[in-house]
Amino acid sequence: MTFITAFIVGGLICVVGQVLMDIFKLTPAHTMASLVVAGAVLDGVGLYERLIDFAGAGATVPITSFGNALVHGAMQEADENGWIGILTGIFEVTSAGISAAIIFSFIAALIFRAKG
Amino acid sequence: MANNKSYYQQLADSRAPKRPFWKNCLHAFWVGGLICTIGQAIQLFFITFFDFNEQTAGDPTLAVLIITSVLLTSLGVYDKLAQFAGAGSAVPVTGFANSMASAAIEHRTEGFVLGVGGNMFKLAGSVIVFGTVAAFIVAIIRMLLVEGGIL
Repeated sequence: MTFITAFIVGGLICVVGQVLMDIFKLTPAHTMASLVVAGAVLDGVGLYERLIDFAGAGATVPITSFGNALVHGAMQEADENGWIGILTGIFEVTSAGISAAIIFSFIAALIFRAKG
Repeated sequence: MANNKSYYQQLADSRAPKRPFWKNCLHAFWVGGLICTIGQAIQLFFITFFDFNEQTAGDPTLAVLIITSVLLTSLGVYDKLAQFAGAGSAVPVTGFANSMASAAIEHRTEGFVLGVGGNMFKLAGSVIVFGTVAAFIVAIIRMLLVEGGIL
C-alpha cells in the first residue's frame, strides 16, 4: 500500500532533516541544501528512482526529490543531445515546481499583507 | 582563565534550555509523513479522474501542494505549523514554497522589484544553487562513465 510507505518514508526523510538541525546544529538553509545534494547523489547512483517506486509521494514530495529531478532532467537531455543536454536539461523536470512557486508567491505578495 | 572558560561553558550548557530532540523528531515524522500522504492522495486523484499516469501525475501534484502551501503561508497558518513540526514542514516541497511566499510577502513594503523580486529566493536560493551545482557534477560523472563504457 503506497499510502503507508509514503507516510513512513516521507516522515523518515523529515526526521533526517530534524537530526541535521538538532544534532549537527545546521541552519535550515544548510539542512535543505544538504538534503538536495543528497537527493542528487542518490539519483546519480541510481537509488532514488527505486525509492520513488517504493514510496511514491513519500519520495517525490520531500526536497530531496528536487535534487533527483535536476539530475534526471540533465541525464535525459544528455542522452538525447549529448553534452549540451546537461545544461539545457537540468531544469526540465523541475520547471513546474519552480515556476509554480515563483508565480504563486508573487501573486500572494500582490494580495496579502505581512502578518504581525 | 582557561578553567574559568570551561567552567562557564559547562554552566551555560547546563542552564541552556534542552532541545526536546525526540519530541521534535516525532513531530517532524508524523507531520512530514502526513504531508507526503496527502501528496500521494492528490496524485491518486489526478491518475483516477484525469488523464495522468504515475510519471506525469507528479507535476500537477507538486503544483497543488505549492498553491496550498502559498495560501496557508499567506493566512499565517503554515508558520504556526512550522513552529510545531520543525523539519516536518520544512523538508517537503511545501516548505520550499513557504520560504518563497513568506519572503515575498514580508519584503513587499520595499517594493516589487527590490523587495519581492530581490528577496523571494533568499532562503530557497541556496537550495536551487546547491541542487544545480550538485546535479551538474553528478551528471558530468555519469556522462563520463557512460562514454567510457563503464555504465
